[in-house]
Amino acid sequence: MSRIEAEVGKPQGGLMKWIDDRFPFTKTMEQHVTKYYASKNFNWWYVFGVLAMVVLVIQLLTGIFLTMNYKPSAAEAFASVEYIMRDVEWGWLIRYMHSTGASFFFVVVYLHMFRAMLYGSYKKPRELIWLIGMLIFLVLMAEAFAGYLLPWGQMSYWGAQVIISLFGAIPVVGDALVEIIRGDYSISDITLNRFFALHVIVLPLALIGLIFVHIVALHEVGSNNPDGIEIKKNKGPDGVPLDGVPFHPHHTSKDLVGIIVFLMIFSSVLFFAPDMGGYFLEHANFEPANPTATPEHIAPVWYFTPYYAILRAVPDKFWGFVLFALAVILPIFLPWLDRSRVRSIRYRGWMYKTALSVFVITFFALLWLGLAPAEGLYVILARIFSVLYFAFFLLMPYYTSIDKTKPLPDRVVYHD
Amino acid sequence: MTEDDLDRNRRHFLTVATLATGAIGAGMVAIPFISSLKPSARAQALGAPVEVPLGSMQPGEMVRVIWRGKLVFILRRTDEMLAKLPDASDQLADPNSEVVDQQPDYAANDTRSVKPEFLIVEGSCTHLGCAPLEDFEVRPAEGWGGGFFCPCHGSKFDLAGRVFKGVPAPTNLRVPPHRFVRDDLILIGQDTGAA
Amino acid sequence: MINLTRIASVLVLVACFTVAPQAVAAGGGGHIESANIEHDNKASLRRGARNFMNYCSGCHSAKYVRFNTIGKHLDLSEEQLIDNLMFNAEKTFETIQAAMPAKDAAVWYGKAPPDMSLMARAKGVDYVYSFLKGFYVAKDSPTGVDNVALAGTSMPHVLWELQGYQAAIFETHENEDGSVTKTFGGFEQLSAGSMDAETYDDFVRDTVNFLAYIAEPIRSDRRKLGVWVLMFLIFFYILAAQLKKAIWKDVK
Repeated sequence: MSRIEAEVGKPQGGLMKWIDDRFPFTKTMEQHVTKYYASKNFNWWYVFGVLAMVVLVIQLLTGIFLTMNYKPSAAEAFASVEYIMRDVEWGWLIRYMHSTGASFFFVVVYLHMFRAMLYGSYKKPRELIWLIGMLIFLVLMAEAFAGYLLPWGQMSYWGAQVIISLFGAIPVVGDALVEIIRGDYSISDITLNRFFALHVIVLPLALIGLIFVHIVALHEVGSNNPDGIEIKKNKGPDGVPLDGVPFHPHHTSKDLVGIIVFLMIFSSVLFFAPDMGGYFLEHANFEPANPTATPEHIAPVWYFTPYYAILRAVPDKFWGFVLFALAVILPIFLPWLDRSRVRSIRYRGWMYKTALSVFVITFFALLWLGLAPAEGLYVILARIFSVLYFAFFLLMPYYTSIDKTKPLPDRVVYHD
Repeated sequence: MTEDDLDRNRRHFLTVATLATGAIGAGMVAIPFISSLKPSARAQALGAPVEVPLGSMQPGEMVRVIWRGKLVFILRRTDEMLAKLPDASDQLADPNSEVVDQQPDYAANDTRSVKPEFLIVEGSCTHLGCAPLEDFEVRPAEGWGGGFFCPCHGSKFDLAGRVFKGVPAPTNLRVPPHRFVRDDLILIGQDTGAA
Repeated sequence: MINLTRIASVLVLVACFTVAPQAVAAGGGGHIESANIEHDNKASLRRGARNFMNYCSGCHSAKYVRFNTIGKHLDLSEEQLIDNLMFNAEKTFETIQAAMPAKDAAVWYGKAPPDMSLMARAKGVDYVYSFLKGFYVAKDSPTGVDNVALAGTSMPHVLWELQGYQAAIFETHENEDGSVTKTFGGFEQLSAGSMDAETYDDFVRDTVNFLAYIAEPIRSDRRKLGVWVLMFLIFFYILAAQLKKAIWKDVK
C-alpha cells in the first residue's frame, strides 16, 4: 500500500481514489502536467505551440456554431453567410472570430515552426515531432483551402478553380485527379458539398488526432529550449532536471500571460479590422461566385502566397507545380539537411545566422510577391527569391557542416 | 508573517483573482454563442403575427391559416351554435377552461373567445397533434351538437374547442394569442392588450 | 542580445503593410476619389437611406437588408420607416427589394442591376462615390453616357436631374509602340442640374455612407464592444502577469 503511494504521489481520498482506481487520471496529470519538467529559460518563441491550441479551440467552437446556420449548397451558401452576419444573434461575432482565427492560425503556426528553426528543435531526438508537425501543417493547409470555398464568393470560386486545376499538371493521372477532387467537370455545388464534409469532419478529426500524437511524441523526449542543450543531462539527487521547472504551475501561468497578449492582438483585429484591409476577408469575396466573370486579380489568401509566388515564377506548368510542391515539402527534411553539431542559433556561426536571416526576408518577399500581379519586375524578383528559398535548404548540408560553432554551456542561460 | 507566508498569501490571492477573472471572461464569451441559438431575425420575420380579414366570412364558415408553422382555425359561429354551447357542459372534461395553459385570460370564458362570434383555436389535437376535422352537423340521435373530431384516435371537441370526457385528448384545444385590430381584422400571434 | 533575424523580420513586416500590393485593393483602374464618409453620422445615414430608396431602389435591391434593422440603428420608428422608406414593402421585417424585376432589367439594360447589400465592401466606398459622380456624356453609348470609374457601364445617369450633365476631358498620349494612352484630366459641366457641385457631392456622400452602413450594419456596435473587450483583457493581463511573477519568484 505504501509502495503504491510513493510511486504515484499524494494519496487521494474519496472520489479521486474511486476514479484513479479505474482510470489513470492523477497519474496522467502528474506525468504530463504537474511533474512534467520543461526548461526554465523558455522565451516568447515558446508560446506559439499553446497559442496554436488556443486558435484550434476557437476555430472548432466557432466552426460548430457556424455549421448550425450555414447552408453548403451553391444556391444558398453566400446568402447563408449573410444570414449569419445579419440575422443570427451574435452571428457576426462568430463569423469574424472564425475568419480572423483562420489567418491567425497561420501566423501562429509559421512562428511556431520558425522557433524550431531558431533552436534546432527538429534535431535528434525530436525528428518525429517535426515530421508529425509538418503533417499537421499540410492538413492545416488543406483545411484552410477547403474552408475558403465555403462562403462561395468570387475569390472562393476562382481561387479554388485555379489551385485545383494545378493538379492537372501531374502527368498521366493529373486530369483524372482533378475531376475526382471536384466531383464534377468544373467547380460546382457538388464540389462545395464535399469540401464542406472535408472541412467540418474529415480534416478537423485528422488535425486533432495528429496534434495529440505530436504532443505525445514531445513528452516522450521532453521539450528543447533556447540554448538547445538537454536539461535531462543535469538531474538533481531527486531525479528532477536542475534546469527544469514543473509545467504546472510555472509554464501554465506563463502561457496564460502569452495567451492574454495574443487575445489582445486577436481582439484588436476582430473588433477593429476584421477585413485587415482585404487580406483576411478579401474584397472580391463579398460578391457571390459567378462562373462567367473572372475577377481581375486571382490570388490565394495571404498565408498561401509564398508558395504561390514560387509556382508562378516558373514559366512551365508542370515544373511550376513540381517546385511549388517541393517548396512545401522541403522543410520536412530539415532534421537531415541540418548537419550542425549544435541545435540553437545562439551557438551557431555567422553562416547559419546569415542564411536564416536571408530565409526570413525571402519568405516575406515571396509572400508579398504572391499577392502582386505577375508582371514586370515582380516576376524577376519572384524568381530570385525562389532561388534563395531553395538554396537555404539545398545548401544547408554544406554550410551547416563548415559553420564555426560556439562551445555549449553546461547549464541553460536564465535571467530573472 | 515570514516572507514565505507573504509570498504564499500573495500567490493565493493572485491565483483566485486570476481564475475568477478568467471564469467571468469565459462566461462573457459563452453569452454570444448561447444567444445565437435563439430564433434569428429571419425566424422572427417568418413567425410574425398573421393578419386574417374577417369581412367575407359567412356565419358557419371556417378559415384555416398557418401561424409559426401551426394550423389555426377561425370559425364564425352562428347564433344557433352559440346558443347550444352550454348544452354539452356535463360531457366536457374542462368546461370552464380551468387549465390555464390552453388559452390566454381573455379567452378563458364561456365562449373561449374575445368576440363570441369568432372561435380561434389551434388545429392541433391535444392528444398527439393531429389536425382535427370539422364536424358541425348536429346529430341529436347521437347526442352530437357539432364540433371537431380527430381522425387519429377519436378525440372530440365542442364548438368552443373544449375536449369531451372519455377521449384520449387530455385538454381543450389551444387558443393562440390574438387580437382584434378592427372588427373585421384579427392579428394572430399578438395578445389582446399588447401594443 | 541583438537578434538580427528579429530586426530583419520586423522591418520586412512593417514594409509589407506600408507598401501593400495593388492586387488586393478593390477596384483597379479608373479614376477614384476619396469619399471621406463619417460612418457614425446618423443624420447623414438617414439622408442616405432616403436617397437610396428614392433614387436607387427602383432598380437595385438590397436583399439582405431589413427595414427594421435600419430603423434600429438610425433611430427611426416603424411609422417613419413605413412613411418615408417603405414604398413596396408592408412589414418592417421585410428586406429591400427592387421595384423593377431583375429579369426585365437584364433585357432592357443588358445586365441586371446588381444588388447593393455588399457593394461598398466588394468595390470600396471610394469606388461607388466616384462612380456616382463620374458619369459623362458619351455619344456612342446606348445610354448616352459613360463613367470614369467603370468604363462601359450599362447604368444610365439616373441622377442627371440633380447633377446635370458633364463632359470628361481626356488627354491622349501616343506611346512608343503606337498604342494610345488616355489620361483623365477632369470634368466640364455642360448643363446644370438642380444641385450645385457641393450639394451634389454631399448627396452622393450621404448615399455612399448609407451603402457602407448596409454592407455591415453591425460595424458601430462591433467597435464599441471591442473597446470593452480590450479593457477587460488589459485588466486580466495585469493579474496574470503578477501571478506569473509570483510563481516564478523563486526560480533562479
